[in-house]
Amino acid sequence: MTTLAETVSDSIVITRRNLIKVKRVPDLIVAATLSPIMFVVLFRYVFGGAIELPDGITYAEFLLPGIFAQTVIFGSTITGASLADDMQKGLIDRFRSLPMSRSAVLIGRTVADLGLNAFSIMVMAVTGLLVGWRINSSIAEAIGGFLILLVFAYAISWLMALVGLLVRTPEVVNNASFIVIFPLTFVANTFVPLESFPTALRRFAEWNPVSTVTQASRELFGNIPASAPEPAAWSLQNPVLYTLLWAVAILAVFIPLSVRAYLRSTR
Amino acid sequence: MNNAVVVEGLVKRFGENTALGGVDLTVSEGTVLGLLGPNGAGKTTVVRILSTLLRPDGGRAEVNGLDVVTQAGQVRATIGLTGQYAAVDEYLTGRENLEMVGRLYRLSGKESRTRAGELLERFDLVDAAGRPAKTYSGGMRRRLDIAASLIARPRVLFLDEPTTGLDPRSRLGMWEFIADLVHDGTTILLTTQYLEEADRLADRMVVIDRGRVIARGTADELKAQVGGERLELTVRTAEQLAAVGEALRPLAHGEPQADPQTRRLSVPVTGGTDTLAEALRRLSGVRAEILDIGLRRPDLDDVFLTLTGHSAEDAQPAAETTEHDTVSAGAPR
Ligand SMILES: Nc1ncnc2c1ncn2[C@@H]1O[C@H](COP(=O)(O)OP(=O)(O)O)[C@@H](O)[C@H]1O
Ligand SMILES: [Mg+2]
Repeated sequence: MTTLAETVSDSIVITRRNLIKVKRVPDLIVAATLSPIMFVVLFRYVFGGAIELPDGITYAEFLLPGIFAQTVIFGSTITGASLADDMQKGLIDRFRSLPMSRSAVLIGRTVADLGLNAFSIMVMAVTGLLVGWRINSSIAEAIGGFLILLVFAYAISWLMALVGLLVRTPEVVNNASFIVIFPLTFVANTFVPLESFPTALRRFAEWNPVSTVTQASRELFGNIPASAPEPAAWSLQNPVLYTLLWAVAILAVFIPLSVRAYLRSTR
Repeated sequence: MNNAVVVEGLVKRFGENTALGGVDLTVSEGTVLGLLGPNGAGKTTVVRILSTLLRPDGGRAEVNGLDVVTQAGQVRATIGLTGQYAAVDEYLTGRENLEMVGRLYRLSGKESRTRAGELLERFDLVDAAGRPAKTYSGGMRRRLDIAASLIARPRVLFLDEPTTGLDPRSRLGMWEFIADLVHDGTTILLTTQYLEEADRLADRMVVIDRGRVIARGTADELKAQVGGERLELTVRTAEQLAAVGEALRPLAHGEPQADPQTRRLSVPVTGGTDTLAEALRRLSGVRAEILDIGLRRPDLDDVFLTLTGHSAEDAQPAAETTEHDTVSAGAPR
C-alpha cells in the first residue's frame, strides 16, 4: 500500500518531469499562449464595435473572462494528448512496472497542466490589461475569479485524462477534443451576450458550464455592470455554485475512471 | 538452488486469440533463461504478466516468491523491466531519466544521483548524460532503458528483445553489458528471436511457438533433440565417395549419406574430435583426395526448423490481425 506521503512525493517527481518537457519544448507554451493573445486582440478590435453590450461596460471587460474560460479549457486538453503520447511511447508501461503510487502519473500530469493554465491566464491577463480590460473588484474577489477558472479547468483535465488513455493517439485526442470543445465554448456567453441567441441555443448556453464559469469570473472580476439585467436561468444567477457543482461531479466521475483506465492500459 | 521465477500453466487470451495456452517455466536464481520464439509466439505476453502489467486468465506466476497478481506491488519493488520498445522520456536527459526512475523506486535523492552516475558510466553514456534522450541513437536508448531498469538493483531483470533493431556492432556491445550483469548475479529472463543470442547469453532455454512451450533445456540438450553431430567431407571426384564411405563405415552411427552432385559425404557420428582424428587416420589409407573435412553440430536454427517446421525468421504469428501485430510488424528489425 502506498501512503499519502508517497503519493505526494511520486506526484511531485512526475510533475517535475512534465514541466521539464515544457522548458525543453518552448513551442508548446508559445502555441498555448500565442493563440489566446491573438484571440484577445482579434475579438477586441474586429468584433468589439459590432457587439451590443449593456451600458457601463467595455467589450474588453466583457471579453476577457470569456477568453480566459475558453483558453483554460483548451489548455486542459493537453492532459489527454500528453497521456496518449506517453502511452504510445511505452512510458506508461514503464511507470506501471515501478513500485510507485498508482495515481501519481495522473496527478502529476493534471497538476503540471494546471500550472501551464495558470501561466497562460497570467499572459492573457497582461495582454487584457493592455487592451483595456480592468479588474473592478477586491483582491480577494479577483483571486476567486482566477481560482474558479483553474478549478473548472482542472476538472476538465481529468476528463481528458480518460480520453487520452482510451484513445492513445495524441493527434486523435487533439482533433476530437477540438470538434467537441470548440462549439461548446462558442454556444456560450463567452464572446457574445446571450440576449442575441435564438431561444433553443440560448437555453443550452444558459446551462452550459462554459457560460457559468465565464459568468462567475466576470462577477468576481467586477466585469458585470450594475445596470445589467438579472439573468433568467438559475445557473447564471448562481454561477459560482453551479460551476463548482460541475467541477465536483466531473472529478467524482473521472478520477476513478481515469485511474482504472491507467491501471488496465495495455499498449 | 531457489527459483526466482516460477510460472505454471499460464494462460492469456485476447478475445478469440489465445496468446498463451498454458506455459510452464522456471528460472533459477542467478541464471539466465532465454525465452525463444518467433514473432507473435507470446514472449512479450509472458514478460508483461511477470512484470504485473497484464493479468493472466489462468495459471499462476511467482517472482521472488511473490504472486504477480495478489502481491503485485511487492513484485514491482524487486524487478526491473526493459520492454520491447525503449521507454525513455525523450525530453529528459539521460541522467534525468535515471534519477526520475530512481525516485519512483523510492530511492532517496542522493542515492538516485549516485546510482545514476554509476550506471551512466557502466553503460557508456557519460558523454551523453546531459543531452535529452531525443538525440540518442537506438543503441544508446536501449542502454539507457536497461540502465533505468537496473537503478534499484532489482533481483530479477526482464529483458524483452534487448537487441532487436540494433546494428550488429551495438548488438555485440549489448551482449557484453548483459554478460556483465549475469556475472554480478542478477537473474535474467531474456526474450529473443535470435537463436545466436540465446545460445550466447542463456544458461537454459524455453522455446515457445503460438503460446505453447515446444522445447526446453540447455543449448546442447536442444541440439541433441534434433540429432547429434555429423562428420562432413568433400572429395575431388564423385567416384571417390564409395571408397571413403566404406573406410568410415565402422565409425558411423547410422547410414552415411553421399551426394554425388556436391561430392559430399555426411556421416552421423559420436565422440567429437577423437572421432575426427580416427577418421583422418582411416582415410590416410584410402586413395581419395579429401578437399574438406569437419565436424558439424546442429545450431539452434536447425532446432527451430525441426521443432516447428518453419525457421525462426520467416515464422508468422498465429493471428496477424490485431493492432498489436501491426505495431510489431512495423518495428525495425
Ligand atoms: N494487447 C493485445 N491485444 C490483443 N492481442 C494481443 C495483445 N498483445 C499480444 N496480443 C497477441 O498475442 C499473441 C502473442 O503476442 P506477443 O506476446 O506480443 O508475442 P511475441 O512477443 O512473442 O512477439 C499475438 O498473436 C498477439 O497478436
Ligand atoms: Mg514481443
